Amino acid sequence: MLSYSQSFVATLKRDLKLALRQPVDVVNPLFFFVLVIVLFPIGIGPEPNLLQRISPGVIWVAALLATLLGAEKLFKEDHHDGTLEQVVLSPVPMSLYVLAKISAHWLLSALPLLLVSPLLAAFLNINASGLVAVALTLLVATPLLSIIAAIGAALTVGLQKGGVLISLLVLPLNIPVLIFATSAVDIAIAGYGYSGQLAILAAMLVLALLGGPKAISAALKVSV
Amino acid sequence: MQFESFADFIDMGGYGFYVWLAFAFTLIVYVGLMVMSLRRQKQLQKEVTTMLDREQRIKQAKQAGASDLL
Amino acid sequence: MWKWLHPFAKSERCYQLCHQLAPWFGLLGLVLIVIGTIWGMAYAPMDYQQGNSFRIIYIHVPAAMLSMGIYLSMAIAAFVAMVWQIKLSETYIIAVAPVGIAFTMVALFTGAVWGKPMWGAWWVWDARLTSELILLFLYIGILSLYNAFEDSAAAGKATCILTLVGSVNLPIIHYSVEWWNTLHQGATLTKGAITMDMGIPLVINIFGFGFFVAYVSCIRMANEIVEREKHRPWVRDMFSHTTPSINQTKGA
Repeated sequence: MLSYSQSFVATLKRDLKLALRQPVDVVNPLFFFVLVIVLFPIGIGPEPNLLQRISPGVIWVAALLATLLGAEKLFKEDHHDGTLEQVVLSPVPMSLYVLAKISAHWLLSALPLLLVSPLLAAFLNINASGLVAVALTLLVATPLLSIIAAIGAALTVGLQKGGVLISLLVLPLNIPVLIFATSAVDIAIAGYGYSGQLAILAAMLVLALLGGPKAISAALKVSV
Repeated sequence: MQFESFADFIDMGGYGFYVWLAFAFTLIVYVGLMVMSLRRQKQLQKEVTTMLDREQRIKQAKQAGASDLL
Repeated sequence: MWKWLHPFAKSERCYQLCHQLAPWFGLLGLVLIVIGTIWGMAYAPMDYQQGNSFRIIYIHVPAAMLSMGIYLSMAIAAFVAMVWQIKLSETYIIAVAPVGIAFTMVALFTGAVWGKPMWGAWWVWDARLTSELILLFLYIGILSLYNAFEDSAAAGKATCILTLVGSVNLPIIHYSVEWWNTLHQGATLTKGAITMDMGIPLVINIFGFGFFVAYVSCIRMANEIVEREKHRPWVRDMFSHTTPSINQTKGA
Protein backbone atom coordinates (compact mmCIF):
# COMPACT_ATOMS: atom_id res chain seq x y z
CA MET A 1 0.00 0.00 0.00
CA LEU A 2 1.22 3.46 -0.81
CA SER A 3 2.16 5.88 1.93
CA TYR A 4 0.34 9.18 2.23
CA SER A 5 3.04 11.19 0.53
CA GLN A 6 3.41 8.63 -2.23
CA SER A 7 -0.30 8.65 -3.04
CA PHE A 8 -0.41 12.45 -2.95
CA VAL A 9 2.52 12.74 -5.33
CA ALA A 10 1.14 10.02 -7.58
CA THR A 11 -2.18 11.80 -8.00
CA LEU A 12 -0.44 15.12 -8.51
CA LYS A 13 1.89 13.76 -11.17
CA ARG A 14 -0.97 12.01 -12.94
CA ASP A 15 -3.05 15.16 -13.09
CA LEU A 16 -0.17 17.29 -14.31
CA LYS A 17 0.72 14.76 -16.96
CA LEU A 18 -2.86 14.54 -18.19
CA ALA A 19 -3.24 18.29 -18.28
CA LEU A 20 0.03 18.87 -20.09
CA ARG A 21 -1.05 16.48 -22.81
CA GLN A 22 -3.55 19.13 -23.77
CA PRO A 23 -1.64 22.38 -23.37
CA VAL A 24 -4.63 24.28 -24.66
CA ASP A 25 -6.44 23.68 -21.37
CA VAL A 26 -3.52 25.14 -19.46
CA VAL A 27 -2.96 28.14 -21.64
CA ASN A 28 -6.64 29.08 -21.96
CA PRO A 29 -7.14 30.46 -18.45
CA LEU A 30 -3.91 32.38 -18.75
CA PHE A 31 -4.90 33.98 -22.03
CA PHE A 32 -8.30 34.75 -20.60
CA PHE A 33 -6.68 36.47 -17.63
CA VAL A 34 -4.44 38.62 -19.81
CA LEU A 35 -7.29 39.35 -22.19
CA VAL A 36 -9.60 40.60 -19.46
CA ILE A 37 -6.88 42.85 -18.12
CA VAL A 38 -6.17 44.24 -21.55
CA LEU A 39 -9.85 44.90 -22.23
CA PHE A 40 -10.27 47.16 -19.24
CA PRO A 41 -7.91 49.95 -20.31
CA ILE A 42 -9.42 49.72 -23.78
CA GLY A 43 -12.90 50.02 -22.39
CA ILE A 44 -12.30 52.60 -19.70
CA GLY A 45 -9.69 54.76 -21.35
CA PRO A 46 -5.94 54.95 -20.94
CA GLU A 47 -5.67 57.62 -18.27
CA PRO A 48 -2.84 56.30 -16.04
CA ASN A 49 -4.11 57.43 -12.64
CA LEU A 50 -7.52 55.93 -13.24
CA LEU A 51 -5.96 52.65 -14.32
CA GLN A 52 -3.82 52.54 -11.23
CA ARG A 53 -6.86 53.12 -9.04
CA ILE A 54 -8.86 50.29 -10.57
CA SER A 55 -5.95 47.89 -11.01
CA PRO A 56 -6.38 45.85 -7.81
CA GLY A 57 -10.02 45.15 -8.55
CA VAL A 58 -9.41 44.34 -12.20
CA ILE A 59 -6.56 41.94 -11.50
CA TRP A 60 -8.42 40.16 -8.78
CA VAL A 61 -11.68 39.80 -10.66
CA ALA A 62 -9.70 38.46 -13.61
CA ALA A 63 -7.88 35.98 -11.33
CA LEU A 64 -11.20 34.85 -9.90
CA LEU A 65 -12.74 34.31 -13.31
CA ALA A 66 -9.67 32.49 -14.59
CA THR A 67 -9.80 30.14 -11.59
CA LEU A 68 -13.46 29.45 -12.22
CA LEU A 69 -12.72 28.58 -15.85
CA GLY A 70 -10.78 25.51 -14.84
CA ALA A 71 -13.07 24.60 -11.96
CA GLU A 72 -15.65 22.52 -13.76
CA LYS A 73 -13.09 20.11 -15.16
CA LEU A 74 -11.57 19.52 -11.76
CA PHE A 75 -13.45 16.33 -10.93
CA LYS A 76 -15.57 15.73 -14.02
CA GLU A 77 -13.12 13.46 -15.85
CA ASP A 78 -12.50 11.26 -12.86
CA HIS A 79 -16.21 11.09 -12.17
CA HIS A 80 -16.96 9.97 -15.73
CA ASP A 81 -14.37 7.26 -15.99
CA GLY A 82 -14.89 5.78 -12.54
CA THR A 83 -11.64 6.88 -10.92
CA LEU A 84 -13.60 8.79 -8.30
CA GLU A 85 -15.38 5.64 -7.22
CA GLN A 86 -12.07 3.85 -6.82
CA VAL A 87 -10.69 6.70 -4.74
CA VAL A 88 -13.74 6.58 -2.46
CA LEU A 89 -13.21 2.86 -1.99
CA SER A 90 -9.47 3.01 -1.46
CA PRO A 91 -7.93 2.86 2.03
CA VAL A 92 -6.06 6.10 1.49
CA PRO A 93 -7.91 9.13 2.92
CA MET A 94 -9.85 10.97 0.25
CA SER A 95 -8.59 14.32 1.48
CA LEU A 96 -5.17 13.49 0.05
CA TYR A 97 -6.65 12.95 -3.38
CA VAL A 98 -8.57 16.20 -3.06
CA LEU A 99 -5.49 18.13 -1.99
CA ALA A 100 -3.51 16.69 -4.88
CA LYS A 101 -6.20 17.70 -7.37
CA ILE A 102 -6.34 21.20 -5.93
CA SER A 103 -2.56 21.50 -6.01
CA ALA A 104 -2.51 20.46 -9.64
CA HIS A 105 -5.26 22.97 -10.43
CA TRP A 106 -3.35 25.70 -8.63
CA LEU A 107 -0.06 24.90 -10.36
CA LEU A 108 -1.74 24.98 -13.73
CA SER A 109 -3.98 27.99 -13.35
CA ALA A 110 -2.60 30.27 -10.65
CA LEU A 111 1.13 29.90 -11.05
CA PRO A 112 1.07 31.25 -14.61
CA LEU A 113 -0.87 34.24 -13.32
CA LEU A 114 1.87 34.94 -10.81
CA LEU A 115 4.50 34.76 -13.51
CA VAL A 116 2.55 37.09 -15.73
CA SER A 117 2.07 39.77 -13.07
CA PRO A 118 5.03 41.94 -14.13
CA LEU A 119 3.21 42.37 -17.42
CA LEU A 120 0.28 43.73 -15.48
CA ALA A 121 2.45 46.47 -14.06
CA ALA A 122 2.93 47.76 -17.56
CA PHE A 123 -0.71 47.41 -18.64
CA LEU A 124 -2.31 48.94 -15.61
CA ASN A 125 0.32 51.38 -14.50
CA ILE A 126 0.85 49.79 -11.11
CA ASN A 127 3.76 51.11 -9.12
CA ALA A 128 6.48 48.87 -7.70
CA SER A 129 5.05 48.42 -4.21
CA GLY A 130 1.66 47.69 -5.71
CA LEU A 131 3.20 45.02 -7.91
CA VAL A 132 4.80 43.33 -4.92
CA ALA A 133 1.43 43.37 -3.20
CA VAL A 134 -0.22 41.88 -6.28
CA ALA A 135 2.31 39.05 -6.32
CA LEU A 136 2.03 38.39 -2.59
CA THR A 137 -1.76 38.45 -2.48
CA LEU A 138 -1.92 36.22 -5.56
CA LEU A 139 0.50 33.83 -3.90
CA VAL A 140 -1.47 33.60 -0.67
CA ALA A 141 -5.02 33.85 -1.91
CA THR A 142 -5.06 31.85 -5.17
CA PRO A 143 -4.77 28.54 -3.30
CA LEU A 144 -7.77 29.76 -1.35
CA LEU A 145 -9.63 30.47 -4.60
CA SER A 146 -8.74 26.99 -5.85
CA ILE A 147 -10.10 25.35 -2.71
CA ILE A 148 -13.34 27.32 -2.90
CA ALA A 149 -13.71 26.52 -6.60
CA ALA A 150 -13.13 22.86 -5.74
CA ILE A 151 -16.02 23.00 -3.25
CA GLY A 152 -18.30 24.24 -6.00
CA ALA A 153 -16.97 21.68 -8.45
CA ALA A 154 -17.41 18.83 -5.99
CA LEU A 155 -21.00 19.75 -5.17
CA THR A 156 -21.97 19.85 -8.84
CA VAL A 157 -19.81 17.04 -10.22
CA GLY A 158 -22.78 14.74 -10.86
CA LEU A 159 -24.90 17.35 -12.59
CA GLN A 160 -25.24 17.86 -16.33
CA LYS A 161 -25.24 21.63 -16.41
CA GLY A 162 -23.10 22.10 -13.35
CA GLY A 163 -20.88 24.78 -14.83
CA VAL A 164 -23.25 27.69 -14.43
CA LEU A 165 -24.17 26.65 -10.93
CA ILE A 166 -20.54 26.54 -9.79
CA SER A 167 -20.15 30.28 -10.24
CA LEU A 168 -23.31 30.97 -8.24
CA LEU A 169 -22.23 28.70 -5.39
CA VAL A 170 -18.67 29.89 -5.30
CA LEU A 171 -19.34 33.63 -5.53
CA PRO A 172 -20.52 34.20 -1.93
CA LEU A 173 -17.45 32.45 -0.59
CA ASN A 174 -15.04 34.32 -2.85
CA ILE A 175 -16.24 37.81 -1.99
CA PRO A 176 -14.45 38.08 1.38
CA VAL A 177 -11.21 36.98 -0.30
CA LEU A 178 -11.73 39.58 -2.98
CA ILE A 179 -12.36 42.30 -0.41
CA PHE A 180 -9.17 41.65 1.52
CA ALA A 181 -6.94 41.07 -1.49
CA THR A 182 -7.98 44.23 -3.30
CA SER A 183 -7.76 46.23 -0.09
CA ALA A 184 -4.18 45.04 0.37
CA VAL A 185 -3.13 46.07 -3.14
CA ASP A 186 -4.95 49.40 -2.80
CA ILE A 187 -3.08 50.22 0.37
CA ALA A 188 0.22 49.10 -1.12
CA ILE A 189 -0.22 51.40 -4.10
CA ALA A 190 -0.81 54.23 -1.67
CA GLY A 191 2.44 53.31 0.03
CA TYR A 192 1.28 51.93 3.36
CA GLY A 193 1.68 48.58 5.04
CA TYR A 194 -0.72 45.76 4.29
CA SER A 195 0.52 42.95 6.48
CA GLY A 196 -2.84 42.91 8.25
CA GLN A 197 -4.74 42.00 5.11
CA LEU A 198 -2.14 39.42 4.17
CA ALA A 199 -2.41 37.89 7.62
CA ILE A 200 -6.17 37.61 7.33
CA LEU A 201 -5.87 36.05 3.88
CA ALA A 202 -3.35 33.57 5.27
CA ALA A 203 -5.72 32.78 8.14
CA MET A 204 -8.55 32.18 5.67
CA LEU A 205 -6.25 29.89 3.70
CA VAL A 206 -5.42 27.87 6.80
CA LEU A 207 -9.10 27.59 7.67
CA ALA A 208 -9.88 26.45 4.14
CA LEU A 209 -7.07 23.90 4.21
CA LEU A 210 -8.40 22.49 7.48
CA GLY A 211 -12.06 22.22 6.58
CA GLY A 212 -12.07 22.28 2.80
CA PRO A 213 -10.80 18.82 1.86
CA LYS A 214 -13.23 17.20 4.31
CA ALA A 215 -16.19 19.13 2.87
CA ILE A 216 -15.04 18.42 -0.69
CA SER A 217 -14.67 14.70 0.02
CA ALA A 218 -18.17 14.59 1.52
CA ALA A 219 -19.56 16.43 -1.50
CA LEU A 220 -17.81 14.06 -3.94
CA LYS A 221 -19.14 11.02 -2.12
CA VAL A 222 -22.66 12.33 -2.59
CA SER A 223 -22.38 12.05 -6.35
CA VAL A 224 -20.43 8.82 -6.62
CA MET B 1 -49.59 60.03 19.49
CA GLN B 2 -46.57 61.67 17.97
CA PHE B 3 -48.38 63.23 15.06
CA GLU B 4 -50.76 66.16 14.98
CA SER B 5 -53.03 64.84 12.25
CA PHE B 6 -53.44 61.91 9.94
CA ALA B 7 -51.93 63.92 7.11
CA ASP B 8 -48.87 64.43 9.30
CA PHE B 9 -48.70 60.71 9.94
CA ILE B 10 -48.66 59.97 6.21
CA ASP B 11 -46.06 62.66 5.67
CA MET B 12 -43.70 61.27 8.31
CA GLY B 13 -41.88 64.59 8.66
CA GLY B 14 -41.04 64.67 4.98
CA TYR B 15 -39.87 61.09 4.75
CA GLY B 16 -43.27 59.71 3.85
CA PHE B 17 -42.26 58.38 0.45
CA TYR B 18 -39.43 56.26 1.86
CA VAL B 19 -41.25 54.97 4.90
CA TRP B 20 -44.35 53.89 3.00
CA LEU B 21 -42.30 52.48 0.12
CA ALA B 22 -40.50 50.25 2.59
CA PHE B 23 -43.82 49.28 4.14
CA ALA B 24 -45.42 48.45 0.82
CA PHE B 25 -42.54 46.25 -0.31
CA THR B 26 -42.51 44.42 2.99
CA LEU B 27 -46.25 43.86 2.94
CA ILE B 28 -46.19 42.53 -0.61
CA VAL B 29 -43.30 40.14 0.05
CA TYR B 30 -44.52 38.77 3.40
CA VAL B 31 -48.17 38.46 2.42
CA GLY B 32 -47.11 36.97 -0.91
CA LEU B 33 -44.99 34.37 0.88
CA MET B 34 -47.85 33.49 3.21
CA VAL B 35 -50.40 33.29 0.42
CA MET B 36 -48.11 31.11 -1.71
CA SER B 37 -47.55 28.71 1.16
CA LEU B 38 -51.23 28.45 1.98
CA ARG B 39 -52.15 27.94 -1.67
CA ARG B 40 -49.60 25.16 -1.95
CA GLN B 41 -51.18 23.57 1.11
CA LYS B 42 -54.61 23.59 -0.56
CA GLN B 43 -53.13 22.38 -3.81
CA LEU B 44 -51.48 19.42 -2.09
CA GLN B 45 -54.70 18.60 -0.31
CA LYS B 46 -56.49 18.57 -3.66
CA GLU B 47 -53.79 16.40 -5.21
CA VAL B 48 -53.99 13.79 -2.51
CA THR B 49 -57.78 13.64 -2.49
CA THR B 50 -57.86 13.43 -6.29
CA MET B 51 -55.38 10.57 -6.14
CA LEU B 52 -57.48 8.81 -3.50
CA ASP B 53 -60.70 9.33 -5.46
CA ARG B 54 -59.07 7.97 -8.59
CA GLU B 55 -57.90 4.88 -6.77
CA GLN B 56 -61.39 4.44 -5.36
CA ARG B 57 -62.90 4.68 -8.83
CA ILE B 58 -60.41 2.22 -10.26
CA LYS B 59 -61.11 -0.21 -7.44
CA GLN B 60 -64.82 0.08 -7.93
CA ALA B 61 -64.52 -0.31 -11.67
CA LYS B 62 -62.49 -3.47 -11.12
CA GLN B 63 -65.09 -4.84 -8.75
CA ALA B 64 -67.90 -3.94 -11.15
CA GLY B 65 -65.95 -5.48 -14.00
CA ALA B 66 -65.31 -8.63 -12.00
CA SER B 67 -68.97 -8.98 -11.05
CA ASP B 68 -69.91 -8.48 -14.73
CA LEU B 69 -67.76 -11.38 -15.69
CA LEU B 70 -69.38 -13.69 -13.21
CA MET C 1 -31.78 14.92 27.61
CA TRP C 2 -32.89 15.19 24.01
CA LYS C 3 -34.94 11.99 23.99
CA TRP C 4 -38.21 13.93 23.87
CA LEU C 5 -37.20 15.26 20.46
CA HIS C 6 -36.72 11.84 18.89
CA PRO C 7 -40.35 11.17 17.92
CA PHE C 8 -40.30 14.30 15.77
CA ALA C 9 -37.75 12.79 13.43
CA LYS C 10 -40.68 10.78 12.11
CA SER C 11 -42.50 12.62 9.38
CA GLU C 12 -45.96 11.83 10.71
CA ARG C 13 -45.29 13.29 14.16
CA CYS C 14 -43.51 16.27 12.67
CA TYR C 15 -46.43 16.96 10.35
CA GLN C 16 -48.90 16.83 13.22
CA LEU C 17 -46.75 19.17 15.29
CA CYS C 18 -46.47 21.69 12.46
CA HIS C 19 -50.17 21.47 11.73
CA GLN C 20 -51.11 22.03 15.38
CA LEU C 21 -48.63 24.81 16.10
CA ALA C 22 -49.12 26.85 12.95
CA PRO C 23 -52.38 28.63 13.90
CA TRP C 24 -50.99 29.61 17.32
CA PHE C 25 -47.82 31.00 15.83
CA GLY C 26 -49.86 32.85 13.24
CA LEU C 27 -52.14 34.40 15.83
CA LEU C 28 -49.33 35.40 18.18
CA GLY C 29 -47.36 36.80 15.28
CA LEU C 30 -50.27 38.85 13.99
CA VAL C 31 -51.10 40.29 17.41
CA LEU C 32 -47.51 41.20 18.23
CA ILE C 33 -46.79 42.67 14.81
CA VAL C 34 -49.91 44.82 14.96
CA ILE C 35 -49.09 46.08 18.44
CA GLY C 36 -45.43 46.66 17.73
CA THR C 37 -45.96 48.34 14.38
CA ILE C 38 -48.71 50.70 15.46
CA TRP C 39 -46.80 51.60 18.61
CA GLY C 40 -43.61 52.16 16.66
CA MET C 41 -45.14 54.02 13.75
CA ALA C 42 -47.43 56.32 15.65
CA TYR C 43 -46.42 56.47 19.29
CA ALA C 44 -42.66 56.12 19.58
CA PRO C 45 -40.86 59.43 19.89
CA MET C 46 -39.07 60.87 16.89
CA ASP C 47 -35.33 60.34 16.58
CA TYR C 48 -33.52 63.64 17.05
CA GLN C 49 -31.05 62.92 14.26
CA GLN C 50 -33.06 60.98 11.73
CA GLY C 51 -36.52 62.40 12.17
CA ASN C 52 -39.37 60.14 11.33
CA SER C 53 -37.58 58.04 8.74
CA PHE C 54 -36.05 55.99 11.53
CA ARG C 55 -39.41 54.24 11.88
CA ILE C 56 -38.33 51.93 9.10
CA ILE C 57 -36.33 50.28 11.86
CA TYR C 58 -39.45 48.46 12.98
CA ILE C 59 -39.37 46.44 9.77
CA HIS C 60 -35.70 46.54 8.88
CA VAL C 61 -34.15 45.22 12.09
CA PRO C 62 -36.53 42.27 12.56
CA ALA C 63 -36.06 41.34 8.90
CA ALA C 64 -32.26 41.47 9.14
CA MET C 65 -32.09 39.57 12.42
CA LEU C 66 -34.47 36.92 11.18
CA SER C 67 -32.68 36.54 7.85
CA MET C 68 -29.60 35.51 9.81
CA GLY C 69 -31.57 33.49 12.34
CA ILE C 70 -33.23 31.47 9.59
CA TYR C 71 -29.89 30.67 8.03
CA LEU C 72 -28.54 29.67 11.43
CA SER C 73 -31.45 27.30 11.88
CA MET C 74 -30.75 25.85 8.44
CA ALA C 75 -27.09 25.37 9.34
CA ILE C 76 -28.04 23.58 12.57
CA ALA C 77 -30.49 21.42 10.62
CA ALA C 78 -27.75 20.61 8.11
CA PHE C 79 -25.44 19.59 10.93
CA VAL C 80 -28.12 17.42 12.53
CA ALA C 81 -28.92 15.83 9.17
CA MET C 82 -25.30 14.95 8.48
CA VAL C 83 -24.33 13.74 11.94
CA TRP C 84 -27.48 11.84 12.92
CA GLN C 85 -28.63 10.97 9.39
CA ILE C 86 -32.12 12.41 9.88
CA LYS C 87 -33.70 12.89 6.48
CA LEU C 88 -36.41 15.21 7.83
CA SER C 89 -33.75 17.72 8.77
CA GLU C 90 -32.76 18.05 5.12
CA THR C 91 -36.42 18.65 4.28
CA TYR C 92 -36.48 21.48 6.80
CA ILE C 93 -33.65 23.28 5.02
CA ILE C 94 -35.53 23.34 1.74
CA ALA C 95 -38.84 24.22 3.37
CA VAL C 96 -37.43 27.24 5.15
CA ALA C 97 -34.99 28.64 2.56
CA PRO C 98 -37.65 30.67 0.68
CA VAL C 99 -38.66 32.32 3.96
CA GLY C 100 -35.03 33.29 4.41
CA ILE C 101 -34.92 34.74 0.92
CA ALA C 102 -38.03 36.83 1.58
CA PHE C 103 -36.65 38.26 4.81
CA THR C 104 -33.21 38.94 3.33
CA MET C 105 -34.79 40.78 0.40
CA VAL C 106 -36.90 42.86 2.76
CA ALA C 107 -33.85 43.65 4.89
CA LEU C 108 -31.88 44.77 1.85
CA PHE C 109 -34.73 46.76 0.29
CA THR C 110 -35.85 48.52 3.47
CA GLY C 111 -32.22 49.20 4.28
CA ALA C 112 -31.71 50.81 0.89
CA VAL C 113 -34.89 52.85 1.22
CA TRP C 114 -33.80 53.98 4.68
CA GLY C 115 -30.30 54.74 3.49
CA LYS C 116 -31.32 57.01 0.65
CA PRO C 117 -32.58 59.90 2.79
CA MET C 118 -30.05 59.23 5.55
CA TRP C 119 -26.78 58.56 3.74
CA GLY C 120 -27.74 59.96 0.35
CA ALA C 121 -27.24 56.68 -1.44
CA TRP C 122 -29.48 53.71 -2.21
CA TRP C 123 -26.54 51.34 -1.84
CA VAL C 124 -23.00 51.46 -0.53
CA TRP C 125 -20.55 48.61 -0.71
CA ASP C 126 -19.82 48.54 2.98
CA ALA C 127 -19.17 45.37 4.97
CA ARG C 128 -22.62 44.75 6.43
CA LEU C 129 -24.63 45.42 3.27
CA THR C 130 -22.21 43.39 1.16
CA SER C 131 -22.30 40.43 3.50
CA GLU C 132 -26.11 40.58 3.69
CA LEU C 133 -26.13 40.49 -0.12
CA ILE C 134 -23.84 37.46 0.06
CA LEU C 135 -26.40 35.86 2.36
CA LEU C 136 -29.04 36.35 -0.33
CA PHE C 137 -26.79 34.66 -2.88
CA LEU C 138 -26.19 31.80 -0.47
CA TYR C 139 -29.92 31.22 -0.06
CA ILE C 140 -30.45 31.29 -3.81
CA GLY C 141 -27.46 29.00 -4.31
CA ILE C 142 -28.83 26.48 -1.81
CA LEU C 143 -32.21 26.31 -3.56
CA SER C 144 -30.59 26.15 -7.01
CA LEU C 145 -28.29 23.34 -5.98
CA TYR C 146 -31.12 21.31 -4.47
CA ASN C 147 -33.30 21.71 -7.54
CA ALA C 148 -30.48 20.83 -9.93
CA PHE C 149 -30.24 17.26 -8.68
CA GLU C 150 -32.51 14.52 -9.94
CA ASP C 151 -31.86 12.15 -7.07
CA SER C 152 -33.35 13.65 -3.90
CA ALA C 153 -31.02 11.79 -1.56
CA ALA C 154 -27.96 13.25 -3.25
CA ALA C 155 -29.68 16.62 -3.43
CA GLY C 156 -30.30 16.64 0.30
CA LYS C 157 -26.74 15.72 1.19
CA ALA C 158 -25.17 18.23 -1.17
CA THR C 159 -27.46 20.97 0.18
CA CYS C 160 -26.39 20.17 3.74
CA ILE C 161 -22.72 20.54 2.83
CA LEU C 162 -23.31 23.83 1.04
CA THR C 163 -25.36 25.20 3.95
CA LEU C 164 -22.63 24.35 6.43
CA VAL C 165 -19.86 25.80 4.29
CA GLY C 166 -21.85 29.00 3.80
CA SER C 167 -22.42 29.46 7.51
CA VAL C 168 -19.00 31.11 7.82
CA ASN C 169 -20.77 34.16 6.42
CA LEU C 170 -22.95 34.61 9.51
CA PRO C 171 -20.26 35.80 11.94
CA ILE C 172 -18.96 38.08 9.19
CA ILE C 173 -22.34 39.80 8.87
CA HIS C 174 -22.87 40.11 12.58
CA TYR C 175 -19.44 41.41 13.46
CA SER C 176 -18.88 43.40 10.28
CA VAL C 177 -19.93 46.58 12.01
CA GLU C 178 -17.30 46.01 14.69
CA TRP C 179 -14.45 44.81 12.53
CA TRP C 180 -14.70 47.39 9.80
CA ASN C 181 -15.13 51.10 9.77
CA THR C 182 -18.49 51.05 8.11
CA LEU C 183 -21.21 53.47 7.23
CA HIS C 184 -23.84 51.18 8.74
CA GLN C 185 -24.49 51.95 12.38
CA GLY C 186 -23.20 49.69 15.09
CA ALA C 187 -25.00 47.22 17.31
CA THR C 188 -28.09 48.68 18.90
CA LEU C 189 -29.81 46.11 21.02
CA THR C 190 -26.86 44.28 22.51
CA LYS C 191 -25.05 47.50 23.28
CA GLY C 192 -28.09 49.22 24.74
CA ALA C 193 -27.90 52.14 22.36
CA ILE C 194 -31.63 52.73 22.05
CA THR C 195 -34.11 54.22 24.51
CA MET C 196 -36.96 52.24 26.01
CA ASP C 197 -39.62 54.28 24.24
CA MET C 198 -38.25 53.30 20.87
CA GLY C 199 -36.78 49.99 21.90
CA ILE C 200 -39.80 48.18 23.29
CA PRO C 201 -41.91 48.29 20.13
CA LEU C 202 -38.80 47.10 18.29
CA VAL C 203 -38.47 44.06 20.53
CA ILE C 204 -42.19 43.39 20.18
CA ASN C 205 -41.85 43.48 16.41
CA ILE C 206 -38.82 41.20 16.50
CA PHE C 207 -40.83 38.61 18.38
CA GLY C 208 -43.89 39.26 16.23
CA PHE C 209 -42.04 38.69 12.98
CA GLY C 210 -40.30 35.76 14.60
CA PHE C 211 -43.65 34.12 15.23
CA PHE C 212 -44.62 34.95 11.66
CA VAL C 213 -41.53 33.11 10.45
CA ALA C 214 -42.49 30.16 12.65
CA TYR C 215 -46.03 30.22 11.24
CA VAL C 216 -44.95 30.21 7.60
CA SER C 217 -42.19 27.69 8.30
CA CYS C 218 -44.67 25.28 9.90
CA ILE C 219 -46.97 25.52 6.89
CA ARG C 220 -44.11 25.06 4.44
CA MET C 221 -42.65 22.15 6.41
CA ALA C 222 -46.05 20.46 6.48
CA ASN C 223 -46.33 21.01 2.72
CA GLU C 224 -42.93 19.50 2.04
CA ILE C 225 -43.72 16.47 4.17
CA VAL C 226 -47.03 15.83 2.41
CA GLU C 227 -45.42 16.28 -0.99
CA ARG C 228 -42.76 13.71 -0.21
CA GLU C 229 -44.95 11.22 1.58
CA LYS C 230 -48.06 11.35 -0.60
CA HIS C 231 -48.20 7.61 -1.00
CA ARG C 232 -47.73 6.69 2.63
CA PRO C 233 -50.74 5.23 4.45
CA TRP C 234 -50.84 7.88 7.15
CA VAL C 235 -51.21 10.66 4.58
CA ARG C 236 -53.94 8.76 2.76
CA ASP C 237 -55.81 8.12 5.99
CA MET C 238 -55.54 11.72 7.02
CA PHE C 239 -56.93 13.05 3.76
CA SER C 240 -59.57 10.38 3.28
CA HIS C 241 -61.36 11.69 6.38
CA THR C 242 -61.93 14.91 4.50
CA THR C 243 -62.93 13.30 1.22
CA PRO C 244 -66.66 13.10 0.64
CA SER C 245 -67.18 9.37 0.31
CA ILE C 246 -68.05 8.05 -3.10
CA ASN C 247 -71.01 5.89 -2.36
CA GLN C 248 -72.85 5.68 -5.62
CA THR C 249 -72.12 2.80 -7.91
CA LYS C 250 -72.97 3.22 -11.53
CA GLY C 251 -75.03 0.79 -13.42
CA ALA C 252 -76.41 -2.41 -12.17
